[in-house]
Amino acid sequence: MSTLWFILVGFMLTAYVVLDGFDLGAGAIQPFIASSDEDRRMILRSIGPVWDGNEVWLIAAGGTLFFTFPLLYASAFSGFYLPLIIVLWLLMGRGVSIELRGRIANPLWASFWDALFFISSALLIIFYGAAMANVLRGVSLAANGTFFLALWTDFNPFSKNPGILDWYTILIALMALGVLTAHGATYVAVKTPDPLSSRARRAARVVWGINVVLLLLGTIATWIVQPHVSNSFFSRPWGFIFPLLAVVGFVAMILFNLRQNDLFSFFSSCLLIAALLASAAFAIYPLMLPAVNPAYSLTISNASGSLYGQTVGLVWWIIGMVLAATYFILTYRLFWGKISMTSLQEGYE
Amino acid sequence: MPISTILSRLQFAFTISFHYLFPQLTMGLALLLVVLKGLYLWRHDERFNVSTRFWTKILAITFVMGVVTGIPMEFQFGTNWAAFSTYAGDIIAQTLAMEGAFAFFLESAFLGIMLFGEQAFGQRMHFFATVMVWIGTWASGGFIIASNAWMQHPVGYTIVGNKLHLSNYLAVLLNSWTVPQYMHTMSGAVITGSFFMAGLGAYYLLMKQHVDYARIFITVGVIAGFLASCFQLFPSGDMEGRQVATYQPVKLAAMEGLFKTQSGAGVIILGQPDPDHGTLDNPLIVPNVLSFLTYRRWTATVRGLNAFPRSQWPDSISLLYYSYHIMVGLGTIFIAIMGFGALFLLWQRRLFRYRWMLWIIMLATPFPFIANTAGWFTTELGRQPWIIYGLLPTAQGVTSTLSDGNVLFTLLGFMGMYLLLGLVYVLLMTFEAITGPAAHEHKQESTQEAEGLSDEFASGLGGE
Repeated sequence: MSTLWFILVGFMLTAYVVLDGFDLGAGAIQPFIASSDEDRRMILRSIGPVWDGNEVWLIAAGGTLFFTFPLLYASAFSGFYLPLIIVLWLLMGRGVSIELRGRIANPLWASFWDALFFISSALLIIFYGAAMANVLRGVSLAANGTFFLALWTDFNPFSKNPGILDWYTILIALMALGVLTAHGATYVAVKTPDPLSSRARRAARVVWGINVVLLLLGTIATWIVQPHVSNSFFSRPWGFIFPLLAVVGFVAMILFNLRQNDLFSFFSSCLLIAALLASAAFAIYPLMLPAVNPAYSLTISNASGSLYGQTVGLVWWIIGMVLAATYFILTYRLFWGKISMTSLQEGYE
Repeated sequence: MPISTILSRLQFAFTISFHYLFPQLTMGLALLLVVLKGLYLWRHDERFNVSTRFWTKILAITFVMGVVTGIPMEFQFGTNWAAFSTYAGDIIAQTLAMEGAFAFFLESAFLGIMLFGEQAFGQRMHFFATVMVWIGTWASGGFIIASNAWMQHPVGYTIVGNKLHLSNYLAVLLNSWTVPQYMHTMSGAVITGSFFMAGLGAYYLLMKQHVDYARIFITVGVIAGFLASCFQLFPSGDMEGRQVATYQPVKLAAMEGLFKTQSGAGVIILGQPDPDHGTLDNPLIVPNVLSFLTYRRWTATVRGLNAFPRSQWPDSISLLYYSYHIMVGLGTIFIAIMGFGALFLLWQRRLFRYRWMLWIIMLATPFPFIANTAGWFTTELGRQPWIIYGLLPTAQGVTSTLSDGNVLFTLLGFMGMYLLLGLVYVLLMTFEAITGPAAHEHKQESTQEAEGLSDEFASGLGGE
């Protein structure tokens, strides 16, 4: 049951990163592809009806993690205290910047929220990347499952007392920034008309080039920093399917981009992100949070909630997810297609 | 109590008090929007539709504030209350996670349609989305009340080692504590929404602006506000009070300011408690009423604080006492205001001419926020010194690894952040109020043409 929940929580987090990833990425790429107020409004409009729903995946994943693995939730959230609260502030700043920009027609008002939208989107991606890197690298857990990490110590991932930021986690954070920015740029290319669409497509291409380097470095570094990774893959070789899928997604992304098939390029990017996260989850399983001292690691068995709780949870979870999927299909179908200038006039005026 | 624990409590209290200013308005307005949109579909009077659009905009801004200030709430269970989360996460997180799965997805999807889809998808779909947003916001409230109810009155658990395990899911979901508290909270939200709507209507009427709309706002606001204010007292408030008397007699004694056990206990209208000496300064008491309200007998004995050991007393009795009295006092005033408002409305629409009454309704706008906040202070301060009533003391629920400096850092950060958010919100509300509902009329033609037509076609027709 715990393994099942490990997969389901992983699925929810993946859904979050894939979905909110494109609107975060759209924020990170916005200043580089938008040349007018109209462009900026267009980008906001492309994510306007969906960003909030995308973010719900984070809340829902958090809640699900909470009841299925209470100890992990408590330990990780308190241990990553400062970065987590900073993430909350960024989420707030970003949320209001999206929603409030269009409320008052004043160029300074708009510029302020545009800048906040860009900064908070980019920083959020960096924090998420660093968070994932911390989980992969491991933290200084004590025997009772608690820890507290400073934002940085000596920037060395092999340290006895590692910080949130070290060269490894920064590398993965940059990788995340690259991957999600390309993801967001591709989404903008799908949703907006030319010339913004072709600018976004070109930007995605440039970022894709940088990502070749980042992904390569990130993979090698992960292999070195967390020995558990190679163990996982060599003891269960079928897991190589995940990195392989990531490569497929990554290559397909640029091929579709070059053919100007933005929609399929976007789907390829989704595949890439999902496969990357699946690789990471596969690599650390059955650990959930590795410790510097391996005996203290939190695993799917020592961090899990009661079997009864996990079982009844599964029943309503399935119902909830079917409903959620229905709303998502409905919303995305209703708002399908490119944004036209006239539709810009509803909602944000 | 260590400083870091006090700071964590302050941070939770501050962030949740600020947060709840927004959802109460959202939940209240969501219901009133269903009324407005329903009136439009029934009467085909375009003014109702313009009103819907105007209030949807206010709802949307409020909703966003609620969303962004709400995210920290769930996360703080993990960050600042890790021991509590480890101890009770198996149970408390069920309802929290259900909120995400059943309410948040619903709200976010249909709010998107409500805001962006009126032209493209037609009026019936828009009404449907409005209803779904209402259901979503109220379901969200339900799951939160269920979580809080469990902390007030834990059920359906077994103690395994040093943790609680869920043993009866339905018992948690159908906790008897939930029903009165849910009714009381939701009608409190409707009071906030109605006073807000009526208050702005009164402002417009006093200013002689948007007169047609102002009358709609006042009519809907006053009628809904009157019904909700009455419901707040009876049955929901009465049920809550008797429930507290049954399960949390210490809370009852502390909030009523009843230091000594009495038969035929009275209700204190005014007076300043002195918990150290167990006395009340400058008392104004109506005798026997408390006994009657609690036990339906005028001479029944009500246990005072002296019947319980001091270690069980809530730790801020004076604040608890004032919170409760502010809530009840304001609640009584609300019934009076909306009662007279409804009377003058029915009596040949005199309300629209009685400027003094419009002044009162306008100035009353902020008070439901205070009453709702005071109500929550009563519930939560009264639960102290427990974080889970009778099971886990608050002092043992906190994260052990947090230093004072780190909590103070984030508390100050939240304060700064929320100050800015609050200012921006007030600015935007002022801006929307000045712009007024008439600004939403221009869509009239294109909307009617767009009804039932596809997006592209509608855009083509609109083509301004």
